[in-house]
Amino acid sequence: MSVLVFAESPGGKLKKSAFEAVTYGKKVADALGTDLVALTCGPAENAGVLGKYGAAKVLNAADGLSSFDSQCFAAAIAQAAEQSGANVVVLSHNSYGKSLAGRVAVKLSASCVSGVTSVPSTDGGFMVKKNVFSGKAVAEYDLQASNKVLSVMPNTFPPEETGAEVAVETISVNLPAARITVKEVKTVEGSVPLPEAELVVSAGRGLKGPENWGMVEELAGLIGAATACSRPVADVGWRPHHEHVGQTGVAIRPNLYIAIGISGAIQHLAGVNSSKTIVVINKDPEAPFFKAADYGIVGDAFDVVPRLIESMKTFKAGQN
Amino acid sequence: MKFLVCISKTPDTTTKIGFVEGNTRFDTDKVQYIMNPYDEWYALVRAMELKESGGGSVTVVNVGPASNDAIIRKALAIGADDAVRINADDSDSFFVASQIAAYAKDNAFDVILAGKETIDYNGSEVPSMIAELLDMPFVSYASSLEMAGNEATIARDIEGGKEVVAVQTPFVVSAAKGMAEQRIPNMRGIMMAKKKPLQVIEPVGVTTSTKISSYALPPAKSDVRMVDPENMDELVQLLHNEAKVI
Repeated sequence: MSVLVFAESPGGKLKKSAFEAVTYGKKVADALGTDLVALTCGPAENAGVLGKYGAAKVLNAADGLSSFDSQCFAAAIAQAAEQSGANVVVLSHNSYGKSLAGRVAVKLSASCVSGVTSVPSTDGGFMVKKNVFSGKAVAEYDLQASNKVLSVMPNTFPPEETGAEVAVETISVNLPAARITVKEVKTVEGSVPLPEAELVVSAGRGLKGPENWGMVEELAGLIGAATACSRPVADVGWRPHHEHVGQTGVAIRPNLYIAIGISGAIQHLAGVNSSKTIVVINKDPEAPFFKAADYGIVGDAFDVVPRLIESMKTFKAGQN
Repeated sequence: MKFLVCISKTPDTTTKIGFVEGNTRFDTDKVQYIMNPYDEWYALVRAMELKESGGGSVTVVNVGPASNDAIIRKALAIGADDAVRINADDSDSFFVASQIAAYAKDNAFDVILAGKETIDYNGSEVPSMIAELLDMPFVSYASSLEMAGNEATIARDIEGGKEVVAVQTPFVVSAAKGMAEQRIPNMRGIMMAKKKPLQVIEPVGVTTSTKISSYALPPAKSDVRMVDPENMDELVQLLHNEAKVI
Protein backbone atom coordinates (compact mmCIF):
# COMPACT_ATOMS: atom_id res chain seq x y z
CA MET A 1 0.00 0.00 0.00
CA SER A 2 1.17 3.50 -0.78
CA VAL A 3 -0.04 6.86 -2.07
CA LEU A 4 0.73 7.99 -5.63
CA VAL A 5 0.71 11.66 -6.53
CA PHE A 6 0.76 12.92 -10.12
CA ALA A 7 3.01 15.99 -10.31
CA GLU A 8 2.33 17.83 -13.53
CA SER A 9 5.11 19.53 -15.47
CA PRO A 10 3.67 21.77 -18.20
CA GLY A 11 6.40 22.72 -20.66
CA GLY A 12 8.76 20.34 -18.84
CA LYS A 13 8.74 22.37 -15.63
CA LEU A 14 7.33 21.50 -12.23
CA LYS A 15 5.27 24.32 -10.80
CA LYS A 16 3.85 25.33 -7.45
CA SER A 17 0.70 23.24 -8.06
CA ALA A 18 2.87 20.11 -8.29
CA PHE A 19 4.67 20.98 -5.04
CA GLU A 20 1.30 21.58 -3.37
CA ALA A 21 -0.01 18.22 -4.60
CA VAL A 22 3.10 16.41 -3.32
CA THR A 23 2.88 18.24 0.03
CA TYR A 24 -0.75 17.17 0.31
CA GLY A 25 0.09 13.62 -0.82
CA LYS A 26 2.69 13.42 1.96
CA LYS A 27 0.03 14.37 4.52
CA VAL A 28 -2.29 11.70 3.12
CA ALA A 29 0.50 9.10 3.24
CA ASP A 30 1.31 10.09 6.84
CA ALA A 31 -2.36 9.80 7.81
CA LEU A 32 -2.39 6.27 6.35
CA GLY A 33 1.04 5.38 7.76
CA THR A 34 2.52 4.69 4.33
CA ASP A 35 4.95 6.13 1.78
CA LEU A 36 4.40 8.64 -0.97
CA VAL A 37 5.40 7.95 -4.58
CA ALA A 38 5.40 10.85 -7.05
CA LEU A 39 4.87 10.39 -10.78
CA THR A 40 5.84 12.80 -13.51
CA CYS A 41 4.74 12.29 -17.11
CA GLY A 42 6.73 13.44 -20.10
CA PRO A 43 9.60 15.93 -19.71
CA ALA A 44 10.07 17.08 -16.10
CA GLU A 45 13.25 19.00 -15.28
CA ASN A 46 14.85 18.32 -11.93
CA ALA A 47 12.01 16.04 -10.77
CA GLY A 48 14.12 14.67 -7.90
CA VAL A 49 13.27 17.87 -6.05
CA LEU A 50 9.84 16.36 -5.33
CA GLY A 51 11.64 14.33 -2.64
CA LYS A 52 12.01 17.56 -0.69
CA TYR A 53 8.24 17.88 -0.49
CA GLY A 54 7.83 14.37 0.85
CA ALA A 55 8.04 11.88 -2.02
CA ALA A 56 9.98 8.77 -0.97
CA LYS A 57 10.27 7.80 -4.64
CA VAL A 58 9.96 9.78 -7.86
CA LEU A 59 8.91 8.00 -11.05
CA ASN A 60 8.95 9.31 -14.60
CA ALA A 61 6.97 7.91 -17.49
CA ALA A 62 8.50 9.67 -20.45
CA ASP A 63 7.61 8.06 -23.75
CA GLY A 64 4.54 9.27 -25.57
CA LEU A 65 3.62 11.83 -22.94
CA SER A 66 5.21 15.01 -24.21
CA SER A 67 1.85 16.68 -24.84
CA PHE A 68 -1.35 16.37 -22.87
CA ASP A 69 -3.96 13.78 -23.80
CA SER A 70 -6.12 12.72 -20.86
CA GLN A 71 -6.43 9.14 -22.16
CA CYS A 72 -2.68 8.59 -22.28
CA PHE A 73 -1.95 10.39 -19.00
CA ALA A 74 -4.73 8.50 -17.20
CA ALA A 75 -3.33 5.21 -18.50
CA ALA A 76 0.14 6.12 -17.24
CA ILE A 77 -1.15 7.18 -13.81
CA ALA A 78 -3.31 4.08 -13.36
CA GLN A 79 -0.45 1.77 -14.35
CA ALA A 80 2.02 3.60 -12.10
CA ALA A 81 -0.47 3.20 -9.24
CA GLU A 82 -0.73 -0.52 -9.92
CA GLN A 83 3.03 -0.94 -10.27
CA SER A 84 3.68 0.82 -6.96
CA GLY A 85 0.79 -0.82 -5.14
CA ALA A 86 -0.85 2.53 -4.50
CA ASN A 87 -4.51 2.56 -3.56
CA VAL A 88 -4.78 6.34 -3.21
CA VAL A 89 -4.04 8.62 -6.18
CA VAL A 90 -3.65 12.37 -5.62
CA LEU A 91 -4.01 14.96 -8.40
CA SER A 92 -4.22 18.77 -8.49
CA HIS A 93 -7.72 20.15 -9.01
CA ASN A 94 -6.63 22.20 -12.04
CA SER A 95 -6.78 21.82 -15.81
CA TYR A 96 -4.91 18.50 -15.55
CA GLY A 97 -6.75 17.02 -12.60
CA LYS A 98 -10.14 18.04 -13.94
CA SER A 99 -9.42 16.10 -17.13
CA LEU A 100 -7.94 13.12 -15.33
CA ALA A 101 -9.66 12.45 -12.01
CA GLY A 102 -12.78 10.80 -13.46
CA ARG A 103 -10.81 8.78 -15.99
CA VAL A 104 -8.31 7.46 -13.45
CA ALA A 105 -11.14 6.65 -11.03
CA VAL A 106 -12.95 4.57 -13.67
CA LYS A 107 -9.72 2.72 -14.56
CA LEU A 108 -9.03 1.86 -10.91
CA SER A 109 -12.70 1.35 -9.90
CA ALA A 110 -11.96 4.00 -7.31
CA SER A 111 -14.08 6.37 -5.25
CA CYS A 112 -13.43 9.86 -6.56
CA VAL A 113 -13.69 13.27 -4.88
CA SER A 114 -12.52 16.45 -6.62
CA GLY A 115 -11.45 19.74 -5.08
CA VAL A 116 -10.58 18.27 -1.68
CA THR A 117 -9.67 20.73 1.11
CA SER A 118 -8.79 18.39 3.99
CA VAL A 119 -6.44 15.57 4.88
CA PRO A 120 -8.44 12.32 5.05
CA SER A 121 -9.72 11.29 8.43
CA THR A 122 -9.45 7.53 8.70
CA ASP A 123 -11.48 7.19 11.85
CA GLY A 124 -14.15 4.68 10.84
CA GLY A 125 -13.89 5.19 7.09
CA PHE A 126 -12.00 7.45 4.70
CA MET A 127 -13.49 10.92 4.91
CA VAL A 128 -12.47 14.12 3.13
CA LYS A 129 -14.00 17.58 2.93
CA LYS A 130 -14.63 19.73 -0.09
CA ASN A 131 -16.48 22.93 -0.85
CA VAL A 132 -19.88 22.43 -2.46
CA PHE A 133 -22.54 24.79 -3.78
CA SER A 134 -19.66 26.87 -5.16
CA GLY A 135 -18.23 27.66 -1.75
CA LYS A 136 -21.54 28.23 0.02
CA ALA A 137 -21.09 25.02 2.04
CA VAL A 138 -18.65 22.27 2.94
CA ALA A 139 -19.46 18.57 2.52
CA GLU A 140 -17.72 15.59 4.06
CA TYR A 141 -17.44 12.64 1.68
CA ASP A 142 -17.05 9.02 2.64
CA LEU A 143 -14.96 7.12 0.04
CA GLN A 144 -16.00 3.51 0.30
CA ALA A 145 -14.08 1.74 -2.49
CA SER A 146 -10.67 0.32 -1.63
CA ASN A 147 -9.06 2.55 -4.27
CA LYS A 148 -9.44 6.33 -4.01
CA VAL A 149 -8.76 9.28 -6.31
CA LEU A 150 -8.51 12.73 -4.71
CA SER A 151 -7.83 16.01 -6.45
CA VAL A 152 -6.62 18.71 -4.10
CA MET A 153 -7.86 22.29 -4.27
CA PRO A 154 -5.14 24.80 -5.28
CA ASN A 155 -3.93 27.28 -2.63
CA THR A 156 -5.00 25.01 0.21
CA PHE A 157 -1.82 23.19 1.20
CA PRO A 158 1.20 25.47 0.71
CA PRO A 159 4.37 23.61 -0.36
CA GLU A 160 6.35 22.36 2.67
CA GLU A 161 9.88 21.04 2.43
CA THR A 162 10.21 18.04 4.71
CA GLY A 163 12.75 15.78 3.03
CA ALA A 164 15.63 15.59 0.59
CA GLU A 165 15.98 15.17 -3.15
CA VAL A 166 15.70 11.64 -4.44
CA ALA A 167 16.80 9.89 -7.64
CA VAL A 168 14.28 9.67 -10.46
CA GLU A 169 13.32 6.19 -11.64
CA THR A 170 12.08 5.73 -15.20
CA ILE A 171 9.12 3.42 -15.59
CA SER A 172 7.56 1.99 -18.73
CA VAL A 173 3.83 1.99 -19.30
CA ASN A 174 1.60 0.82 -22.14
CA LEU A 175 -0.20 3.77 -23.67
CA PRO A 176 -3.10 3.95 -26.09
CA ALA A 177 -2.46 5.91 -29.28
CA ALA A 178 -2.81 9.65 -28.63
CA ARG A 179 -5.96 11.03 -30.24
CA ILE A 180 -5.59 14.65 -29.21
CA THR A 181 -3.10 16.85 -31.03
CA VAL A 182 -1.98 19.92 -29.14
CA LYS A 183 -1.59 22.60 -31.80
CA GLU A 184 -0.73 25.59 -29.71
CA VAL A 185 -0.18 26.61 -26.09
CA LYS A 186 -0.70 30.30 -25.39
CA THR A 187 0.29 31.43 -21.94
CA VAL A 188 0.69 35.02 -20.89
CA GLU A 189 4.32 35.40 -19.80
CA GLY A 190 4.90 36.85 -16.38
CA SER A 191 1.25 36.93 -15.38
CA VAL A 192 -0.03 34.98 -12.38
CA PRO A 193 -2.71 32.39 -13.27
CA LEU A 194 -5.83 33.38 -11.35
CA PRO A 195 -6.64 30.03 -9.70
CA GLU A 196 -3.08 29.80 -8.37
CA ALA A 197 -2.71 33.43 -7.32
CA GLU A 198 -2.08 34.18 -3.64
CA LEU A 199 -3.10 37.81 -4.08
CA VAL A 200 -5.93 39.01 -6.32
CA VAL A 201 -7.13 42.52 -7.19
CA SER A 202 -10.62 42.47 -8.67
CA ALA A 203 -12.95 45.16 -9.92
CA GLY A 204 -16.54 45.51 -11.04
CA ARG A 205 -19.00 47.82 -12.70
CA GLY A 206 -18.12 50.56 -10.21
CA LEU A 207 -15.10 51.27 -12.40
CA LYS A 208 -17.41 52.60 -15.13
CA GLY A 209 -15.42 51.40 -18.14
CA PRO A 210 -12.50 49.28 -19.36
CA GLU A 211 -10.35 52.40 -19.77
CA ASN A 212 -10.21 52.70 -15.97
CA TRP A 213 -8.51 49.35 -15.36
CA GLY A 214 -5.06 50.98 -15.40
CA MET A 215 -5.14 51.55 -11.65
CA VAL A 216 -6.33 47.97 -11.00
CA GLU A 217 -3.42 46.63 -13.01
CA GLU A 218 -1.00 49.03 -11.36
CA LEU A 219 -2.07 47.95 -7.86
CA ALA A 220 -1.91 44.28 -8.86
CA GLY A 221 1.51 44.75 -10.43
CA LEU A 222 2.87 46.44 -7.30
CA ILE A 223 2.05 43.49 -5.03
CA GLY A 224 2.42 40.70 -7.61
CA ALA A 225 -1.30 39.97 -7.71
CA ALA A 226 -3.48 38.54 -10.45
CA THR A 227 -6.36 40.66 -11.76
CA ALA A 228 -9.96 39.50 -11.75
CA CYS A 229 -13.43 40.92 -12.35
CA SER A 230 -17.12 40.45 -11.67
CA ARG A 231 -19.50 38.77 -14.09
CA PRO A 232 -21.16 41.91 -15.58
CA VAL A 233 -17.73 43.25 -16.46
CA ALA A 234 -16.78 40.07 -18.34
CA ASP A 235 -20.21 39.89 -19.98
CA VAL A 236 -19.95 43.37 -21.50
CA GLY A 237 -16.43 42.60 -22.65
CA TRP A 238 -14.52 45.10 -20.51
CA ARG A 239 -12.33 42.24 -19.33
CA PRO A 240 -11.62 38.74 -20.71
CA HIS A 241 -13.88 35.87 -19.57
CA HIS A 242 -11.08 34.02 -17.83
CA GLU A 243 -10.87 36.85 -15.27
CA HIS A 244 -14.48 36.37 -14.17
CA VAL A 245 -14.65 35.06 -10.61
CA GLY A 246 -17.89 33.90 -9.04
CA GLN A 247 -20.33 31.05 -9.09
CA THR A 248 -20.38 30.77 -12.87
CA GLY A 249 -16.78 31.86 -13.30
CA VAL A 250 -13.60 30.81 -11.55
CA ALA A 251 -13.75 29.94 -7.84
CA ILE A 252 -10.63 31.14 -6.05
CA ARG A 253 -9.19 31.07 -2.54
CA PRO A 254 -6.30 33.51 -2.44
CA ASN A 255 -4.70 34.87 0.74
CA LEU A 256 -5.86 38.38 -0.18
CA TYR A 257 -8.81 39.42 -2.33
CA ILE A 258 -9.25 43.16 -2.94
CA ALA A 259 -12.68 43.93 -4.42
CA ILE A 260 -13.07 47.37 -5.99
CA GLY A 261 -16.50 48.62 -7.02
CA ILE A 262 -18.12 45.19 -6.68
CA SER A 263 -21.39 45.15 -4.74
CA GLY A 264 -21.04 41.50 -3.68
CA ALA A 265 -24.01 39.61 -5.16
CA ILE A 266 -24.44 36.12 -3.71
CA GLN A 267 -23.15 34.59 -6.95
CA HIS A 268 -19.94 36.63 -6.77
CA LEU A 269 -19.39 35.84 -3.08
CA ALA A 270 -19.75 32.11 -3.82
CA GLY A 271 -16.59 32.25 -5.92
CA VAL A 272 -14.44 34.23 -3.48
CA ASN A 273 -15.66 33.62 0.06
CA SER A 274 -12.93 31.07 0.75
CA SER A 275 -10.34 33.88 0.42
CA LYS A 276 -8.37 34.26 3.65
CA THR A 277 -8.56 38.06 3.76
CA ILE A 278 -11.07 40.18 1.87
CA VAL A 279 -10.79 43.94 1.38
CA VAL A 280 -13.83 45.72 -0.03
CA ILE A 281 -13.68 49.21 -1.52
CA ASN A 282 -17.12 50.55 -2.41
CA LYS A 283 -18.77 53.96 -2.30
CA ASP A 284 -22.08 52.44 -1.19
CA PRO A 285 -21.92 51.71 2.57
CA GLU A 286 -24.88 49.35 2.12
CA ALA A 287 -23.05 47.13 -0.41
CA PRO A 288 -23.63 43.51 0.70
CA PHE A 289 -19.96 42.72 0.16
CA PHE A 290 -19.03 44.55 3.38
CA LYS A 291 -20.72 41.76 5.37
CA ALA A 292 -18.25 39.26 3.90
CA ALA A 293 -15.22 41.55 4.21
CA ASP A 294 -12.39 41.64 6.73
CA TYR A 295 -11.50 45.25 5.91
CA GLY A 296 -13.90 47.73 4.38
CA ILE A 297 -13.36 51.17 2.88
CA VAL A 298 -16.36 53.30 2.01
CA GLY A 299 -15.23 55.67 -0.69
CA ASP A 300 -15.00 56.41 -4.38
CA ALA A 301 -12.66 53.94 -6.08
CA PHE A 302 -11.20 56.78 -8.14
CA ASP A 303 -9.99 58.48 -4.93
CA VAL A 304 -9.24 55.46 -2.78
CA VAL A 305 -7.34 53.24 -5.21
CA PRO A 306 -4.75 55.86 -6.28
CA ARG A 307 -4.20 56.60 -2.57
CA LEU A 308 -3.80 52.88 -1.85
CA ILE A 309 -1.29 52.63 -4.72
CA GLU A 310 0.77 55.47 -3.19
CA SER A 311 0.68 53.87 0.27
CA MET A 312 1.63 50.52 -1.18
CA LYS A 313 4.55 52.09 -3.08
CA THR A 314 5.83 53.67 0.13
CA PHE A 315 5.46 50.35 1.95
CA LYS A 316 7.26 48.43 -0.80
CA ALA A 317 10.06 51.02 -0.91
CA GLY A 318 10.47 50.63 2.87
CA GLN A 319 10.75 46.86 2.52
CA ASN A 320 13.67 46.99 0.09
CA MET B 1 -23.32 15.29 -36.87
CA LYS B 2 -25.12 13.82 -33.86
CA PHE B 3 -24.71 15.84 -30.69
CA LEU B 4 -25.55 14.62 -27.18
CA VAL B 5 -25.73 17.29 -24.47
CA CYS B 6 -25.70 16.17 -20.84
CA ILE B 7 -27.79 18.45 -18.67
CA SER B 8 -28.03 18.56 -14.92
CA LYS B 9 -30.51 20.17 -12.54
CA THR B 10 -29.01 22.51 -9.94
CA PRO B 11 -30.33 24.99 -7.38
CA ASP B 12 -30.61 28.52 -8.75
CA THR B 13 -27.48 30.63 -8.19
CA THR B 14 -29.30 32.89 -5.71
CA THR B 15 -30.31 29.94 -3.48
CA LYS B 16 -29.57 30.28 0.21
CA ILE B 17 -28.04 26.95 1.16
CA GLY B 18 -29.23 25.07 4.25
CA PHE B 19 -29.32 21.51 5.56
CA VAL B 20 -31.72 19.25 7.44
CA GLU B 21 -31.71 15.91 9.28
CA GLY B 22 -28.69 16.72 11.43
CA ASN B 23 -26.86 18.35 8.50
CA THR B 24 -26.89 15.18 6.46
CA ARG B 25 -29.27 16.32 3.72
CA PHE B 26 -29.53 19.41 1.55
CA ASP B 27 -32.67 21.37 2.44
CA THR B 28 -34.68 21.40 -0.78
CA ASP B 29 -37.54 23.38 0.75
CA LYS B 30 -38.28 26.55 -1.30
CA VAL B 31 -35.32 25.87 -3.62
CA GLN B 32 -35.78 27.01 -7.20
CA TYR B 33 -34.09 24.71 -9.68
CA ILE B 34 -32.48 25.62 -12.96
CA MET B 35 -30.56 23.86 -15.68
CA ASN B 36 -26.89 23.92 -14.67
CA PRO B 37 -25.68 27.17 -16.31
CA TYR B 38 -22.58 25.61 -17.92
CA ASP B 39 -24.72 22.89 -19.50
CA GLU B 40 -27.32 25.37 -20.74
CA TRP B 41 -25.47 28.51 -21.71
CA TYR B 42 -22.42 26.92 -23.27
CA ALA B 43 -22.75 23.19 -24.05
CA LEU B 44 -26.34 23.22 -25.28
CA VAL B 45 -26.20 26.52 -27.14
CA ARG B 46 -22.93 25.61 -28.89
CA ALA B 47 -24.40 22.26 -29.96
CA MET B 48 -27.40 24.18 -31.37
CA GLU B 49 -25.14 26.57 -33.27
CA LEU B 50 -23.11 23.71 -34.76
CA LYS B 51 -26.28 21.88 -35.78
CA GLU B 52 -27.67 25.06 -37.35
CA SER B 53 -24.51 25.65 -39.39
CA GLY B 54 -23.53 22.07 -40.21
CA GLY B 55 -26.70 20.00 -39.89
CA GLY B 56 -27.43 17.04 -37.65
CA SER B 57 -29.36 16.60 -34.45
CA VAL B 58 -29.12 17.62 -30.79
CA THR B 59 -30.31 15.21 -28.09
CA VAL B 60 -30.28 16.16 -24.41
CA VAL B 61 -29.89 13.58 -21.66
CA ASN B 62 -30.57 13.96 -17.94
CA VAL B 63 -30.34 11.53 -15.07
CA GLY B 64 -33.08 12.30 -12.57
CA PRO B 65 -36.68 11.93 -11.41
CA ALA B 66 -39.83 13.10 -13.23
CA SER B 67 -39.60 16.48 -11.50
CA ASN B 68 -36.61 17.20 -13.78
CA ASP B 69 -38.89 17.32 -16.81
CA ALA B 70 -39.30 21.11 -16.46
CA ILE B 71 -35.63 21.76 -17.15
CA ILE B 72 -35.60 19.13 -19.89
CA ARG B 73 -38.52 20.93 -21.59
CA LYS B 74 -36.53 24.15 -21.31
CA ALA B 75 -33.65 22.51 -23.19
CA LEU B 76 -36.12 21.44 -25.87
CA ALA B 77 -37.48 24.99 -25.97
CA ILE B 78 -33.97 26.32 -26.55
CA GLY B 79 -33.91 24.02 -29.58
CA ALA B 80 -32.82 20.46 -28.80
CA ASP B 81 -34.58 17.95 -31.07
CA ASP B 82 -35.34 15.30 -28.52
CA ALA B 83 -34.60 14.32 -24.94
CA VAL B 84 -33.92 11.29 -22.82
CA ARG B 85 -34.40 11.12 -19.07
CA ILE B 86 -32.85 8.23 -17.23
CA ASN B 87 -35.23 7.67 -14.39
CA ALA B 88 -33.02 7.55 -11.27
CA ASP B 89 -31.67 9.77 -8.53
CA ASP B 90 -28.25 11.11 -9.45
CA SER B 91 -26.53 9.56 -6.45
CA ASP B 92 -22.88 10.20 -7.40
CA SER B 93 -20.82 11.17 -10.41
CA PHE B 94 -19.90 7.58 -11.35
CA PHE B 95 -23.55 6.59 -11.24
CA VAL B 96 -24.53 9.47 -13.54
CA ALA B 97 -21.63 8.90 -15.93
CA SER B 98 -22.41 5.17 -16.14
CA GLN B 99 -26.05 5.84 -17.02
CA ILE B 100 -25.17 8.34 -19.75
CA ALA B 101 -22.41 6.12 -21.13
CA ALA B 102 -24.76 3.12 -21.26
CA TYR B 103 -27.30 5.16 -23.22
CA ALA B 104 -24.71 6.77 -25.52
CA LYS B 105 -23.01 3.46 -26.32
CA ASP B 106 -25.99 2.27 -28.34
CA ASN B 107 -26.67 5.56 -30.09
CA ALA B 108 -23.43 6.50 -31.88
CA PHE B 109 -23.14 10.18 -31.01
CA ASP B 110 -20.33 12.11 -32.67
CA VAL B 111 -19.90 14.77 -30.00
CA ILE B 112 -20.90 14.49 -26.33
CA LEU B 113 -21.00 17.84 -24.55
CA ALA B 114 -21.46 18.78 -20.90
CA GLY B 115 -20.80 21.85 -18.79
CA LYS B 116 -17.36 22.05 -17.18
CA GLU B 117 -18.91 21.33 -13.77
CA THR B 118 -22.23 21.66 -11.96
CA ILE B 119 -22.68 24.61 -9.65
CA ASP B 120 -23.89 22.40 -6.78
CA TYR B 121 -21.29 19.66 -6.25
CA ASN B 122 -18.58 21.22 -8.42
CA GLY B 123 -17.09 17.83 -9.23
CA SER B 124 -16.23 18.17 -12.95
CA GLU B 125 -15.95 14.36 -12.93
CA VAL B 126 -18.91 13.19 -15.03
CA PRO B 127 -17.66 14.12 -18.54
CA SER B 128 -14.22 12.59 -17.97
CA MET B 129 -15.84 9.40 -16.62
CA ILE B 130 -18.15 9.20 -19.64
CA ALA B 131 -15.12 9.53 -21.92
CA GLU B 132 -13.30 6.76 -20.09
CA LEU B 133 -16.33 4.47 -20.08
CA LEU B 134 -16.78 4.98 -23.84
CA ASP B 135 -13.03 4.93 -24.62
CA MET B 136 -13.24 8.40 -26.20
CA PRO B 137 -10.86 11.34 -26.16
CA PHE B 138 -11.88 14.11 -23.73
CA VAL B 139 -11.17 17.83 -23.75
CA SER B 140 -12.05 19.70 -20.57
CA TYR B 141 -12.88 23.38 -19.95
CA ALA B 142 -13.29 24.25 -23.61
CA SER B 143 -13.91 27.94 -24.33
CA SER B 144 -14.36 27.43 -28.08
CA LEU B 145 -15.35 24.52 -30.29
CA GLU B 146 -15.18 24.64 -34.09
CA MET B 147 -15.99 21.72 -36.37
CA ALA B 148 -14.72 21.08 -39.90
CA GLY B 149 -16.01 17.73 -41.10
CA ASN B 150 -15.05 15.17 -38.50
CA GLU B 151 -12.30 17.28 -37.01
CA ALA B 152 -12.81 19.67 -34.13
CA THR B 153 -10.53 22.48 -33.10
CA ILE B 154 -10.96 23.27 -29.44
CA ALA B 155 -9.43 25.95 -27.23
CA ARG B 156 -9.31 24.96 -23.59
CA ASP B 157 -8.58 27.04 -20.53
CA ILE B 158 -5.32 26.13 -18.82
CA GLU B 159 -3.51 27.89 -15.98
CA GLY B 160 -2.51 31.32 -17.25
CA GLY B 161 -3.62 30.82 -20.84
CA LYS B 162 -5.15 28.59 -23.46
CA GLU B 163 -4.29 25.36 -25.20
CA VAL B 164 -5.57 24.74 -28.72
CA VAL B 165 -6.12 21.09 -29.62
CA ALA B 166 -7.44 19.10 -32.57
CA VAL B 167 -9.47 15.92 -32.17
CA GLN B 168 -11.56 13.68 -34.42
CA THR B 169 -15.10 12.59 -33.66
CA PRO B 170 -16.31 10.85 -31.59
CA PHE B 171 -15.16 12.76 -28.49
CA VAL B 172 -16.37 14.23 -25.19
CA VAL B 173 -15.92 17.93 -24.40
CA SER B 174 -16.79 20.00 -21.32
CA ALA B 175 -17.81 23.60 -21.90
CA ALA B 176 -16.63 26.74 -20.10
CA LYS B 177 -17.51 30.39 -20.47
CA GLY B 178 -16.78 31.82 -23.89
CA MET B 179 -18.00 28.83 -25.92
CA ALA B 180 -21.41 30.39 -26.65
CA GLU B 181 -23.87 33.01 -25.43
CA GLN B 182 -26.96 32.26 -23.37
CA ARG B 183 -30.18 31.91 -25.42
CA ILE B 184 -33.57 32.77 -24.01
CA PRO B 185 -36.23 30.42 -25.42
CA ASN B 186 -38.92 32.23 -27.41
CA MET B 187 -42.66 31.50 -27.36
CA ARG B 188 -42.49 29.40 -30.52
CA GLY B 189 -39.72 27.28 -29.01
CA ILE B 190 -41.68 26.82 -25.79
CA MET B 191 -44.78 25.72 -27.72
CA MET B 192 -42.79 23.34 -29.93
CA ALA B 193 -40.99 21.85 -26.91
CA LYS B 194 -44.27 20.46 -25.63
CA LYS B 195 -44.55 18.22 -28.69
CA LYS B 196 -40.93 17.08 -28.89
CA PRO B 197 -40.12 13.51 -27.82
CA LEU B 198 -39.00 13.02 -24.21
CA GLN B 199 -38.12 9.39 -23.75
CA VAL B 200 -37.88 7.98 -20.23
CA ILE B 201 -35.62 4.98 -19.79
CA GLU B 202 -34.77 2.94 -16.73
CA PRO B 203 -31.26 3.00 -15.22
CA VAL B 204 -28.63 0.29 -15.53
CA GLY B 205 -27.37 -1.27 -12.31
CA VAL B 206 -24.33 0.57 -10.89
CA THR B 207 -22.61 0.29 -7.52
CA THR B 208 -21.74 3.70 -6.12
CA SER B 209 -18.82 4.18 -3.78
CA THR B 210 -18.99 7.77 -2.56
CA LYS B 211 -21.45 9.17 -0.10
CA ILE B 212 -21.81 12.57 1.57
CA SER B 213 -21.91 11.92 5.30
CA SER B 214 -22.44 15.49 6.49
CA TYR B 215 -22.62 19.13 5.45
CA ALA B 216 -21.57 22.33 7.17
CA LEU B 217 -21.81 26.02 6.39
CA PRO B 218 -18.50 27.88 6.10
CA PRO B 219 -17.38 29.50 9.37
CA ALA B 220 -18.96 32.92 9.83
CA LYS B 221 -16.74 35.91 9.12
CA SER B 222 -15.82 38.11 12.05
CA ASP B 223 -17.08 41.67 11.77
CA VAL B 224 -15.65 43.86 9.07
CA ARG B 225 -13.12 46.44 10.23
CA MET B 226 -13.73 49.78 8.52
CA VAL B 227 -10.71 51.78 7.45
CA ASP B 228 -10.72 55.55 6.83
CA PRO B 229 -10.67 56.10 3.05
CA GLU B 230 -8.20 58.96 3.60
CA ASN B 231 -5.79 56.67 5.42
CA MET B 232 -4.63 53.93 3.10
CA ASP B 233 -1.33 53.69 5.02
CA GLU B 234 -3.40 52.15 7.80
CA LEU B 235 -4.87 49.55 5.43
CA VAL B 236 -1.42 48.61 4.17
CA GLN B 237 -0.17 48.24 7.76
CA LEU B 238 -3.18 46.09 8.69
CA LEU B 239 -2.61 43.84 5.69
CA HIS B 240 1.06 43.54 6.59
CA ASN B 241 0.97 43.26 10.40
CA GLU B 242 -2.47 41.89 11.22
CA ALA B 243 -3.61 39.84 8.21
CA LYS B 244 0.03 39.10 7.25
CA VAL B 245 -0.87 38.74 3.59
CA ILE B 246 1.60 41.25 2.08
